[in-house]
Amino acid sequence: MYDIENYYNAKTVSEAVELLTEHPDARIISGGSDVLIKIREGRMAGTSLVSIRDIEELKGIEKKDSGDIYIGAGTVFSHITADPIIQECVPVLGEAVDQVGGPQIRNIGTIGGNICNGAVSADSVPTVFSYNSLLHIANAEGSRVVPVREFYLGPGRVALKQGEVLMHVVIPRTEYEGYHGHYIKYSMRNAMDIATLSCSVVSKVNPETKILEDVRITFGVAAPVPYRCVETEELLKGRKLGEELYRKLEDSIRSEIHPRDSWRASKAFRLQIGGEIARRALIRTVELAGVPADSVSGGEMA
Amino acid sequence: MKRQNVLVQCIVNGEEVAEYVDPRESLLDMLRNHLGLTSVKKGCEVGECGACTVIIDGETIDSCIYLAVWAEGKNIRTLEGLEEDGQITRIQEAFIEEGAVQCGFCTPGFIMSATVLLEQGKELTRDEIRKKMSGNLCRCTGYQNIVNAVDKVMHENAESSRKE
Amino acid sequence: MIGKSVPRVDAYEKVTGRAKFTEDLIPPRCLVAKVLHASIGNGIVTSIDTSEAEALEGVVKVVTFKDVPEHCYPTPGHPWSVEPAHQDVADRNLLTGRVRYYGDDIAAVVAEDEITAARALKLIKVEYEEYPVEIHPRKSMQGSHPPIHFDKKDNVLARSNYFIGDVDKGMEESETVVRGTYKTPIVQHCHIENPISYAYMEKGRIVVVTSTQIPHIVRRVIGQALGIPWGNVRVIKPYIGGGFGNKQDVLYEPLNAFLTTQVGGRPVKLDISREETFCNTRTRHSIEFDLAAGVDKDGKLLAKDMHSYSNQGAYASHGHAIAANGLTSWRLQYACPNIRGEAYTVYTNTPVGGAMRGYGIPQVCFAIESFMDDVAAAIHMDPLEFRRKNLIQGYYADVYLKPIAANSNGIFECLKKGADYIHWDEKRKEYANQTEDVRRGVGMALFSYKTGVWPISLEISGARLSLNQDGSVQLTLGATEIGQGADTVFSQMVAETLHTDMEHVHIMSTQDTDISPFDTGAYASRQSFVTGTAVRHCAEILRDKILAYAKTLLPEIDTTELELRDNWIWAGKEQAISLAALAEESYYSLTNSSVLTAEVSEQVKKNTIATGCCFAEVEVDMKLGKIKVLHIINVHDSGKLLNPQLAEMQVHGGISMGMGYGISEQLILDEKTGRPLNGNLLDYKLMTMLDTPELKADFVELDDPIGPYGNKALGEPPAIPCAPAIRNAVLHATGVAFNENPLTPQRLIDGFQKAGLI
Repeated sequence: MYDIENYYNAKTVSEAVELLTEHPDARIISGGSDVLIKIREGRMAGTSLVSIRDIEELKGIEKKDSGDIYIGAGTVFSHITADPIIQECVPVLGEAVDQVGGPQIRNIGTIGGNICNGAVSADSVPTVFSYNSLLHIANAEGSRVVPVREFYLGPGRVALKQGEVLMHVVIPRTEYEGYHGHYIKYSMRNAMDIATLSCSVVSKVNPETKILEDVRITFGVAAPVPYRCVETEELLKGRKLGEELYRKLEDSIRSEIHPRDSWRASKAFRLQIGGEIARRALIRTVELAGVPADSVSGGEMA
Repeated sequence: MKRQNVLVQCIVNGEEVAEYVDPRESLLDMLRNHLGLTSVKKGCEVGECGACTVIIDGETIDSCIYLAVWAEGKNIRTLEGLEEDGQITRIQEAFIEEGAVQCGFCTPGFIMSATVLLEQGKELTRDEIRKKMSGNLCRCTGYQNIVNAVDKVMHENAESSRKE
Repeated sequence: MIGKSVPRVDAYEKVTGRAKFTEDLIPPRCLVAKVLHASIGNGIVTSIDTSEAEALEGVVKVVTFKDVPEHCYPTPGHPWSVEPAHQDVADRNLLTGRVRYYGDDIAAVVAEDEITAARALKLIKVEYEEYPVEIHPRKSMQGSHPPIHFDKKDNVLARSNYFIGDVDKGMEESETVVRGTYKTPIVQHCHIENPISYAYMEKGRIVVVTSTQIPHIVRRVIGQALGIPWGNVRVIKPYIGGGFGNKQDVLYEPLNAFLTTQVGGRPVKLDISREETFCNTRTRHSIEFDLAAGVDKDGKLLAKDMHSYSNQGAYASHGHAIAANGLTSWRLQYACPNIRGEAYTVYTNTPVGGAMRGYGIPQVCFAIESFMDDVAAAIHMDPLEFRRKNLIQGYYADVYLKPIAANSNGIFECLKKGADYIHWDEKRKEYANQTEDVRRGVGMALFSYKTGVWPISLEISGARLSLNQDGSVQLTLGATEIGQGADTVFSQMVAETLHTDMEHVHIMSTQDTDISPFDTGAYASRQSFVTGTAVRHCAEILRDKILAYAKTLLPEIDTTELELRDNWIWAGKEQAISLAALAEESYYSLTNSSVLTAEVSEQVKKNTIATGCCFAEVEVDMKLGKIKVLHIINVHDSGKLLNPQLAEMQVHGGISMGMGYGISEQLILDEKTGRPLNGNLLDYKLMTMLDTPELKADFVELDDPIGPYGNKALGEPPAIPCAPAIRNAVLHATGVAFNENPLTPQRLIDGFQKAGLI
């Protein structure tokens, strides 16, 4: 039994917006794996809920004619992983959400919930960041588009106002075409765990020149909000692949991220791991681009 | 504090069910307390242990973090529904043969996870089995014989489909 | 039937979900109780106001520490002692106004449903006066004002020590003296079924149905706690979802019993949440060890010295017995002329330490076996060779507790099997000098473990057999099935001694103190040994009665020729009468009916030492601080195996628990309050299936002359040696000695950075 005051079930997005506006204390519930736990813990006990589970338009993945990928906010993780569009265009996202919790959780947890609950450990988020994704949000006025990089306001706080519903996560064609991504979740267990630190690297590599043309590096749990390592990205762009670049990456990451000391892990520990997983993730994206890691050993550096 | 109960109509173990539930109830509450399906066990109430695993429309979920009202229109299966004409399924037999059962509290959840895996008809490596079953915790077995049981039936199934 | 891998007698019930656990039996409209836990770590309640909670609709009763009996009671699952000096420490009240740890129980609510109960808890207003919190035993034993318990001024619950030979002289004469400090964490049992009970009154008596390993002890302690005659309490134990020692303690049953008396005997359920299980039930003690050893130039131990400090937490529970058990094992197994040992058990403001699989030995084994590797390293000797040089071969007995003896001793054979499996000699060489980012190593550890608690404490067990009308037998025991397979091996024992098959033995799995013979329950790896002795004796009595009755039916045959075999009475090579026909006569004969039953209550005054070892091969990712266990094997000398498959299962589970102890599991407490920071299954890192490698179990089957069927301890031992084996493998791989488990990524990275390896 959950301590829920009132429960409303929305069948459409506009109905959800109306219900949320009408009941300013009501919270959105989608998969439930986060909200129900908070209710049980007491943090949200006695809350009212607006369920968006039955809204069909929030489910599924579509590739528009433009090539942009629209992921319904209500799409569960296991469906994202199994989706042919995801597998073809942004497989790293499918791999990332395949590391959430365990199979049962992946069958109920949604990408929208993962993004909107504001947790920095969310497994989908670093990759959503690295693809410069856009969030399409419905509200009483219609809708608005927010780049995901502007969505996180602070620890656990996101730019979703009462009365708003996240509809789609959009990955523009220009942001994924020609790119390869890899996500590393560093956690204490191989399943049923949250990230101690996580890193998603998306890169564009020229296999001929072995130049890193573009790179985007996003960390989870390295700062109060998901963190794009812009300085490091700028430092690496246009450089030739190889050990020197990877070493630069490690050093730069360790000075750029700001993890904190907590009982889960020390700052020094997270800095060590951060540099290492960024390095390994980048090397993996380079391999995915068809450049064998050992073909650009340190000796060949420009 | 008197609350309006909500009618939930769904299929549970092949039978149509219509139950008035309190919207605050979990599916676990409904299955155990309304329908007497006590194979569905409560171990953590937060979706961490998998003891309450049931199958909804072909997918496993933790019924502790699933509201009963969400069951509307769904096809739900619990361990009680696996037997046919008093015959237990091959995976249940394999759990006995391979010694995959000790205290038995996590067993129903594991068998439900295994059931979905086997019904998907794929032949998986032991590592893949481990990943697909990693949402269920067990403290007694070290998982060894549970993997053995699933592996065994998966191979038997693959063997028999190759013969067909 | 002994030695066969017959399927578990309860397997079908469990794979079909028909096995009923406590929560499956709760009656409709059962009231719900919840406990109010203190939100400070040390202090007193200065005021408590329950008026708003009592006014809430649906609340039936609110009780606080002011409403419960004033006298204290003990909780551990020990046999009671008739000698006051040996009685368990009674330091608990049902509820308390003197808060001794974060989460201490100060009030309880009984309500119509769980949400009302939860809301009512929030409406109780409590004010406290806070005292400083101390969670470390070595600091706590310097004393606090006020002390945690008024009668222990220095917070030391107990101290014990012993001397053998002259340790100081032995150290002086040693070629090399090595010292080390080792520390083990607080861990939790994590049985998947949380503790749960419900209680009601019937004919003026209290009935408690509970998930416990020790129903007869629970009955006694409820009687003590409520101050009522023990016979006025009835405890029923259905199937239980694991215990591992946590349920070898009387947890919330006395409070539950008290609460039903407060609501006119209506059924009241007390369902302990996972978070409460971590914080408010029992844990494995964290123990710190200062060790020293001196060895001669050949690597022979000349002197050993141990000083240990056990963190008891806020209440005595099993108390000093755990640290003392570890201290005893310091003088077993390895030959050494001069040994000193000293152990303190210290109250602190932390969750309570109690029994957990291995009872102090996993802690001391981590310390000793890590230390043995460190000593071997200091004298540049292979750690396995060092152990072989110092282990006692064959029979030995403890100097003080003489019945504790290695009546059979297979440790050398175990070591050989383990070393062969892991390719010890090759890999010790191969992995000797690595510099890569990913390194491998092999390590091992060994242990000894007694079987049951004699002569430290009483061993008594009851068994009852009756011959059914059809020639099958009914077995009733006070010993409990907790997942380990007890019901199955007891049935096998009866089948063996009555020379029948499993189908003819029916065991009642539920224990009910009104019905079940007296037995203290499942702990100390005792049941197959102690209860096994009772079962064997009981079956022999029944067999003799059957043969005696057969004689009355077959007056023409000389009794000495009769034999019971394969459900027949045989007279030489002739089948004289079937057991079924005999049984029917025994019930319904108009001239000579007498139902054949046997019942024993057996005190067992013997003990025997089981041994074994673990060998592990690990891969260490230096820069990520991760250990991957590539291969792991436990080899056990547990005497004759009663059921090889069940034995193997027991070992698998133990390895898994031991690996968690080595790598990932620890209950982390807030320094300021003693509050558990990770007391849930997400943050407490119990290994999942994906974290677990393939597990290997092997055995050396010596026929133990003391065991009822040649068997000795196996329930707990598998969990003991794995953590130090893994620690020693990491030492081999990296050259870094980690002296505190678990070897978490944080500890590895810290250690590698300190060693300049990354």
